Amino acid sequence: MGCRSCEIACAVEHSRSKSLFGAVAEKSPPKKRIYVEFVPECAISVPMVCHHCEDASCVSVCPTGALRQDGIVRVVTHDIEACIGCWTCTSVCSYGMIGRNRDLRVAIKCDWCPDREGPACVSACPTGALVYKEVDEFSGSKRAVAALKLAQGVSAAEIR
Amino acid sequence: MGKNVQDKSIDPATRAMLLEADRAGIETAWDRFEKQQPQCGFGMLGVCCRNCNMGPCRIDPFGEGPDRGVCGATADIIVARNLLRMIAAGAAAHSDHARDAVMTFKEMAEGKARGYQIKDGAKLASLATEYGISTEDRSPEEVALDLANLLLSEFGKQTGPIQFTRRAPAKRQKVWEAAGIEPRGIDREIVECMHRTHIGVDNDPVHLLLHGLRTSIADGWGGSMIATDVQDVLFGTPTPTTSESNLGVLKADEVNIIVHGHEPILSEMIVAAAEEPEMIALAEKMGAKGISVAGICCTGNEVLMRHGVPTAGNFLQQELAVITGAVEAMVVDVQCVMPALGNLAGCYHTKFISTSPKAEFPGTLRMEFREDEALEIAEDIVRVAVENYPNRDRARVNIPKEKTGCMVGFSAEAILGALGGTPKPLIDAIVSGSVRGVGAVVGCNNPKVQHDFGHINLVRELIKNDVLVVTTGCNAIACAKAGLLQPEAAKEAGPGLQAVCEALAVPPVLHMGSCVDISRILVLAAAIADHLGVDISDLPAAGAAPEWMSEKAVSIGAYVIASGVYTVLGTVPPVLGSPEVTEVLTKGTEGVVGASFAVEPDPFKAAKLMIEKIAEKRAGLGLGA
Repeated sequence: MGCRSCEIACAVEHSRSKSLFGAVAEKSPPKKRIYVEFVPECAISVPMVCHHCEDASCVSVCPTGALRQDGIVRVVTHDIEACIGCWTCTSVCSYGMIGRNRDLRVAIKCDWCPDREGPACVSACPTGALVYKEVDEFSGSKRAVAALKLAQGVSAAEIR
Repeated sequence: MGKNVQDKSIDPATRAMLLEADRAGIETAWDRFEKQQPQCGFGMLGVCCRNCNMGPCRIDPFGEGPDRGVCGATADIIVARNLLRMIAAGAAAHSDHARDAVMTFKEMAEGKARGYQIKDGAKLASLATEYGISTEDRSPEEVALDLANLLLSEFGKQTGPIQFTRRAPAKRQKVWEAAGIEPRGIDREIVECMHRTHIGVDNDPVHLLLHGLRTSIADGWGGSMIATDVQDVLFGTPTPTTSESNLGVLKADEVNIIVHGHEPILSEMIVAAAEEPEMIALAEKMGAKGISVAGICCTGNEVLMRHGVPTAGNFLQQELAVITGAVEAMVVDVQCVMPALGNLAGCYHTKFISTSPKAEFPGTLRMEFREDEALEIAEDIVRVAVENYPNRDRARVNIPKEKTGCMVGFSAEAILGALGGTPKPLIDAIVSGSVRGVGAVVGCNNPKVQHDFGHINLVRELIKNDVLVVTTGCNAIACAKAGLLQPEAAKEAGPGLQAVCEALAVPPVLHMGSCVDISRILVLAAAIADHLGVDISDLPAAGAAPEWMSEKAVSIGAYVIASGVYTVLGTVPPVLGSPEVTEVLTKGTEGVVGASFAVEPDPFKAAKLMIEKIAEKRAGLGLGA
């Protein structure tokens, strides 16, 4: 829908006060880590956010170790203290998901909202366009829907 | 939902009905509120503009995205324009209500509105004097007709002044004049709000906000005040009386009719029709022991103030009344009536009856009201309710037991009357410090606040600190349910206020009426200021709207500060996206009208802010702390 509620929720979650009304009053405005990109060719908006790639190139190129990947859940986190703002990560990210904090002159990126149960953007999405699931779970649910349609005799061409 | 009814309301009757709703699988405003979470950040900050079709536009509050709309409007401009439109809608609601009241009054004077009469001749005479209408050798109806025409002319006036603004202290009128915010006509100011906020007209936040104040004055000292005074002439000026409050006023063995909305024009007739022996006989034939009328919201307050008709609850209880399963008819007029009632009434035997030519809802039985046959239409409505009684499913009836007594009916006239015709005894009490000041606590319910929590805790804190509270609207109903409108509540007040209340046998919280009756508070404030020879902004007084939600409340808040009274809001208005508008409302207006807004969701902290402001004003008048 392109309402950008996810962007607002993301910025608020990464503010000091973690509240909308508090965040707008903060001297250094909080920065979002999700970007709603409008695609004019298709006239639709696509929310773009870090994929936390299993083999994250941003992590492998980071010269200071500011970008790290958790060995188990594979979340890619970023330590602003260690970041030198060399933007190597920016140049290698396939999705353009490394942002810039101009005040601190460091990179910023999605951290899956460590202080919440799920990411703020997903809870804020009024249409359910954003989902937060494990690959297996997500594929599983898509499989189940596809299987149901097949079982009901819908042609495979109609399944997406 | 059931597990957290405690979090939703502090009112036991409301909690009981929310559990019942949960059990029956019925949705209420609280459920719909949850489904709306999280609410749109752009909307909450007021930075979304839909005023032209180049948009919708919105400003990124965190500075990364657009900082201007297509036309170039900044967040400051967009927020100010949106606020002005809220004020316009609120002023329009109060004033259009007033217009209808005057139209009924006029038809009564012309002998066309059978069933209506002049109930308060003294008030008619005093209004005639105010308007310079001769009463000598003339019938009350002739005087009333002249008055009606002059009152109607206030709406269409182009150059002012609106007569009732002359009721404000001379110093206050000068303040308005100096700021260029004296209203010129009620409709004119509202129309000008819409003009100014059209694409490409007024684009200076301060300039916009000043017009907002002017429009709000046309409401408080215009539309609302006209509504109050005309209704007093038609239906009687309220005097102290007692009644009961909360859902427990509904009767298990009688026909229950709820009147809900904001106008007393029809509900007065319903109250009369329900008392007719023929109707009561019909009710008995249908197996009921009688007919019971109860109110919700300000229609309820109007008939409560004048006839002691019990109030079933405030805004967030309208659905719960139907969920008792004991309401034969929910009769509504205008304002604050949830369209959700249509679906809900469909789940019960309740007839949802819409009556205003202006207001239709899904799922209603339409029984449109006309002044010329008011009593007949009211009788028809009561008959529909009575004949619906046999359809009540006794197995589904669940009326909460809670009901609380209340003393109501404190019009400005009644308060001054009780004090011996002059505000002097009250002023003496304020000067001596036994009453530290006056707090006006008003406004709605809002599921953003635990129901009644903001209202009751704020009022309790104020009276505990010897601040006399005057109340209207849904705050008044909350206070009634909590027992604060009983003389015995003086025990909860500080020692000074307690002694004053006990001497006068009045509660520490005075119910002054419906939301248009906030004009009564203005009249009282003006009387006190005039007696002291000061401006309203010098008085040890403060206002609050702890659970506000409607656009009417925005207009009210604006005219209360424009009248010189500091006001604390309990829910955040959609303005924080503009640093400039926020600054003007919380500080800048102080230099223009001598009062400003504060926002404080915590009722205990809000009370502290009000008490501090009262102390500051006391010091200004040279009164002891």
